[in-house]
Amino acid sequence: MYDILIVGAGIVGCFLAHDLSKKELKVAVFDREADVANKATMANSAIIHSGHDPLDNTLKAKLNVRGNEMYESICKDLGVSFKRTSAFVAATSMEEEDTLDMLYQQTKNRNIPVMYLTKEEAIKKEPNLSDHVTKVIELPTTGIVYPWEVAIALAEEASENNVDFYLNEQVEKIKKTQKGFEVITSKGNYEAKIIINAAGVCSDKIYGKVSSKVDFEITPRKGEYFVLDKLKKPLVSRVIYPVPSSAGKGVLVVPTTHGNVLLGPNSEMVDSGELNNNTKDSLDYVKKEIHKTVKNIPMDKVIHSFAGVRPTSTRHDFIIEEAKDVTDFINVAGIESPGLASAPAISEYVINEILSKKIRMNEKNMYTKRRPNIKLKEMTEEEKNELVKKNPAFGKIVCRCEQITEGEIIDAIRRPLGATTVKGIKKRVRPGMGRCQGGFCEPLVVDILARERKISPLEVRLDGDNSVMLMEETKE
Amino acid sequence: MKEYEIVIIGGGSAGLASAIEAYKNGCKSILILERDKELGGILLQCIHNGFGLHMFSEELSGPAYAERYIEQLKELGIEYKVNSMVIHLSKDKIIQYVNPTEGYVSVKAKAVILAMGCRERTRGAIAIPGYRPSGIWTAGTAQRYLNMEGYLVGKRVFILGSGDIGLIMARRMTLEGAKVCGVAELMPYSNGLPRNIKQCLEDFDIPLYLSHTITNIKGKDRINSLVIAQVDDKLCPIKGTEKEFEVDTLLLSVGLIPENGLSEEADILLHEKTKGAIVNESYETSVEGIFACGNVLHVHDLVDYVSSEGMKAGRAAAKYMKGELTQKEGFQTEGKDGIGYVLPHKVNVDNVEDKIECMFRVTGIYKKAVIRVYKDGNLFKTIKKQHMAPAEMEKLILKKEEIEDIKSVLSIEAGYE
Repeated sequence: MYDILIVGAGIVGCFLAHDLSKKELKVAVFDREADVANKATMANSAIIHSGHDPLDNTLKAKLNVRGNEMYESICKDLGVSFKRTSAFVAATSMEEEDTLDMLYQQTKNRNIPVMYLTKEEAIKKEPNLSDHVTKVIELPTTGIVYPWEVAIALAEEASENNVDFYLNEQVEKIKKTQKGFEVITSKGNYEAKIIINAAGVCSDKIYGKVSSKVDFEITPRKGEYFVLDKLKKPLVSRVIYPVPSSAGKGVLVVPTTHGNVLLGPNSEMVDSGELNNNTKDSLDYVKKEIHKTVKNIPMDKVIHSFAGVRPTSTRHDFIIEEAKDVTDFINVAGIESPGLASAPAISEYVINEILSKKIRMNEKNMYTKRRPNIKLKEMTEEEKNELVKKNPAFGKIVCRCEQITEGEIIDAIRRPLGATTVKGIKKRVRPGMGRCQGGFCEPLVVDILARERKISPLEVRLDGDNSVMLMEETKE
Repeated sequence: MKEYEIVIIGGGSAGLASAIEAYKNGCKSILILERDKELGGILLQCIHNGFGLHMFSEELSGPAYAERYIEQLKELGIEYKVNSMVIHLSKDKIIQYVNPTEGYVSVKAKAVILAMGCRERTRGAIAIPGYRPSGIWTAGTAQRYLNMEGYLVGKRVFILGSGDIGLIMARRMTLEGAKVCGVAELMPYSNGLPRNIKQCLEDFDIPLYLSHTITNIKGKDRINSLVIAQVDDKLCPIKGTEKEFEVDTLLLSVGLIPENGLSEEADILLHEKTKGAIVNESYETSVEGIFACGNVLHVHDLVDYVSSEGMKAGRAAAKYMKGELTQKEGFQTEGKDGIGYVLPHKVNVDNVEDKIECMFRVTGIYKKAVIRVYKDGNLFKTIKKQHMAPAEMEKLILKKEEIEDIKSVLSIEAGYE
């Protein structure tokens, strides 16, 4: 019997698992995906927004501001990247300037640092700002993270501290029982006292498994992006937002923690959270809109495009509450933007405002910190050579574009909750994220995965069980 | 820090030829750095025949062609290191590499030859719409899986792009029992060599859809079908022309890009069209003493031409070491109407021995056409050409005495009489 069973191993599920792993509780996390952080957490703008944008008196506004305050120390603690880059919101017309003024006031009212810049000051800071920009506000507390790195680190540490992760396992039925819940998955039966529904685009369906009075609906919104190669001279050093409209925050230019740039997203209602395909119309739209705020964008340096689906709900705010009709079933749903930025505060809110009133939460005496990743790129030459002497695999570069060694890949596999798929390795140590998109390194990664997991290369998967890669052996 | 006269980055066809030629021209302190576990580069996965017709007057497989150079290199005792990835290059010619036995090492060179080859353009670079499932590879990656690792990546295959690697893989996968459903090419003409169209597609009844592109990829785990459509003269898909193919694999052969990450780090100027370094008659880049050759400089059609260019760069680097290269700006070359680029981009006549070979590509198909050569804007020569295509590199040989009087620019133009 689990005390708490979390459905969904995205950024919210991982924060909750991590934070609850510090308590004397038996906790499990279920996800139908092959890896944690595989859906919305894998495909978003990767920004820790300041909290300037959500409407007043929403959970979004409250938890975004709090989340932004929390992120830096959490990332430091986990040994993952966080960069407080700052951000511009750039107006390009009189009408937009009016909206910008309102946004400035709203931001001020929330005690979030914000300042007006003259066009000259703005261009001095961001030389590639478009000539169409007429007025700018700067939001210095805005930051960026590597979203799945954060989620994976949280999950690893949770796993080290006895949280059970069940991946590749779909929740099929949930029954309310005398003692709590019985959960039937594609692989087994489990019992839990409390269920937290953090199932992203599926959260209405998961709720529907235990209730006939589901009081919200997920209306998924897809966003598409381009990724730019690392440039010799950075295109931007801050997040550049256009002035927001009813359609959302607009098409952004976002520097990433690894020196790439994201361009996007658009915003399109789709019928299902599964529809994360790219379309020509959407990519063309991003391509057109992106020049509104930034110039000199080298579109010939695009190395990838992707789409993510946000779990927008019919309530247009985060839904964080115990289900009205099912005791001990807690919905954490509709976590669209600023979900990533709010995630640590969402977890804090769920624990303090809901769980603490339901279950005793004693701190564990023994808590194991996660071992930070070995990041050769951040070491001195001497440190690297020490490492190679001990283990020559750290002298064998597998991925040329991102300069990733075989040693780092093996470590990603052997860690707690380690990578089991090619995508899992790509998420943890980045071979395949660079300009050749895995063209050179993928065969080597497949080989290492097969060797480490003691399986045939034919059994290696890109991601889920059905994402077969190699089809048959030809050598005798 | 250990010092070498010449450090060559890359032990493929360009690097091998340049090392041997530099050695023969008097340079004995040479180091080749190769990232893979053996010398030979991409030749090692090209097990089909057709290499060496120009160099050796016989048809060799890729590995056999590479072996000729590797043997010679070993006989000469030229130093090389495998499993050694160069991670930094500075303009004062300090090279940092890493391998499992030595760790991270920096060496200094008097001259550097860039011979890193190229990479394949990916799905990401051309933003093909649709899902992002398993089953999509560049043709070269599928070739490596098949010819070096021994695994077939799929059974029902479609190929986007008519580049040579895609064509070769169409035949190779057919011979391995896969069904290749078709090849789509965005342009109205093929981007592969005519002999490959004949031998790899026509001989196997594989349809080639010219002026077509992929408009959708379906399948969330593994690709299960794709849609192609005809494109208009602005290369935009035409509604209503869609055709769907049930496939489990998509291979991409949509172009090669010179691999110049290191060159950019060393502040070497790159050419907008070739995406390789801007070089002079000696294959020297904008940074004195750093030379470039092979596919890192511009993408070639035949390995024989890569070897030949490697030899020229090796010879020039040896001359540089001996102080026999004079540093002078010289005149520029330019491609006018119908010409994509001309290489070398600059010529200092003092360093030209008896003749200069200008390589260029046309931007469209030309039949019964002419090439016009201008010296400082004045027509100097008209050469008849039966057939020219972007997929076939053209060569113009000019004698030293023909170019000595050029003051600022040598221009080449394609057209009709």
